[in-house]
Amino acid sequence: MMPALAENNKIQVFTSMEEAPKNVSTKKVVYDTKDLNLWYGDDHALKNINLSIYENEVTAIIGPSGCGKSTYIKTLNRMVELIPVVRISGEILYRERNILDRTYKVEDLRTKVGMVFQKPNPFPKSIYENVAYGPKIHGIRDKKTLDEIVEKSLKGAAIWNEVKDRLNENAYGLSGGQQQRLCIARALAIEPDVILMDEPTSALDPISTLKVEELVQELKKEFSIIIVTHNMQQAARISDKTAFFLSGEVVEFAQTDKIFSNPSDKRTEDYITGRFG
Amino acid sequence: MKYIDTNLVQKKMGSRLLRNKLAKLFFMLATLFGLLVLVILIYRVIRDGAAWIDFDFINNKLSTDPERAGIMGAILGTLWLMLVVAPVTMILGIGTAIYLEEYAKKGKLQALIQTNISNLAGVPSVVFGLLGLTVFVRGMDLGNIVLAGGLTMALLVLPVVVVAAQEAIRAVPGFLREASYGMGATKWQTIKNVVLPASLPGILTGTILALSRAIGETAPLVVIGIPALLIPLPDGIFDKFTILPVQIYYWTLDSALVAEYTNLAAATIVILLVVLFLMNSVAIFIRNKFQQRL
Repeated sequence: MMPALAENNKIQVFTSMEEAPKNVSTKKVVYDTKDLNLWYGDDHALKNINLSIYENEVTAIIGPSGCGKSTYIKTLNRMVELIPVVRISGEILYRERNILDRTYKVEDLRTKVGMVFQKPNPFPKSIYENVAYGPKIHGIRDKKTLDEIVEKSLKGAAIWNEVKDRLNENAYGLSGGQQQRLCIARALAIEPDVILMDEPTSALDPISTLKVEELVQELKKEFSIIIVTHNMQQAARISDKTAFFLSGEVVEFAQTDKIFSNPSDKRTEDYITGRFG
Repeated sequence: MKYIDTNLVQKKMGSRLLRNKLAKLFFMLATLFGLLVLVILIYRVIRDGAAWIDFDFINNKLSTDPERAGIMGAILGTLWLMLVVAPVTMILGIGTAIYLEEYAKKGKLQALIQTNISNLAGVPSVVFGLLGLTVFVRGMDLGNIVLAGGLTMALLVLPVVVVAAQEAIRAVPGFLREASYGMGATKWQTIKNVVLPASLPGILTGTILALSRAIGETAPLVVIGIPALLIPLPDGIFDKFTILPVQIYYWTLDSALVAEYTNLAAATIVILLVVLFLMNSVAIFIRNKFQQRL
């Protein structure tokens, strides 16, 4: 540590950069999107997207309905491929490897990149089996290990205390908010690097929403989080950076406080002040 | 100026209400007609046959003497036949449904296969009998044994199972598949752990209904030449056999020669109806039991 630090200092002295770019700082890039284009049939849904997403940050993606924000987040774990008519060009580097490359195994990618969906979607199984699903898929059979993973994941998603006495009950008995936190626990159980959240609170009541938001703050210490949201206040409250999408393009991408206090683009300002969208 | 003339409305009210009642009466009679025929049928077979049903009738082998004739051979034959039909239709039917729903690319080929399966479901069973005769009995030289009959019957009900299984698989919500894929599961893991468990009740219901159709089918097995002669009780799927509906068919044919054969046929119909009723009850039970879970 020490020599590296000294070296850094030296460099700074020599270059005397007054504005060492804060965002680039020491954080590593997780996702680097380069010239991404996506079509649904003839519909050009994403246009020349260039975005860099950093480690241990919450990146919010906002924009009106149909702007491509959900499509974009679904390309990050290639979920978008479930739709047969999709064509993609460009590059998405995840940890410096292009995930759009044919040789990149999608199962491998989705093990490192967990996803939480718009509507809570637990399996019609017990709470325990829901969380153990991912680890079992990846070959963990040992009961004790599974028990530990389930407990750790449920604690990580701040739902352990509510369900610890009813792990063998069906997950459909939980409330909507609890189901969504269970789905977050389920995503944590595969020990991902990144968690994608596609409007995770849009089907929840305000109190459940608050709990999920608090959870996101907690989770970003360990994971990188990308969250699509319709709710601009939510983006302002929980994210470090915000990307504003409009008609398949990134209009503006910057620190969240800048986007919400001093946007560079007129369209961003119009959107966040509620003039359209 | 009003468009609705109150006097006219009053005048027509009577005939409107009358037609309303007539419509209801017509639909009720249409329903009652089917029910009535069924009641007559059940009444007649029970009247003719019930007295003949006893332990000996069920336990005895076939005989030319009506007093000693029994249906053990047909019962065993039906059981062995089902032991061939059930696994073959389930494996092929569910397999086809999974392929069409989960793997096949939606396109012309898939549409062609789909249309053909629907058409196959409408092909008369006699034609399947000819198919079985050509391919299994003669082509593969199996002879008219349980295996040949079972494969023929399996082909006959296969389209029904495929369509039922497809519908059950299609009814599994997409968000459950997404959840599984989202955690890095392969397609097969998703099918095995999520899609099949969720669609199993529907698949089972469809399969049991298809099997109960197979149990009642006569024509294909008559075509492949099930012996009407006295044969030993079948011991396995490589033996010659007869089944309940075929037994009914032959007894009815010969009832001009021996009057009591009418009663034997009626008694066998009662047994067959009871078996069908039980199978359909199981299907309904499974459907209700699992429906609440999702």
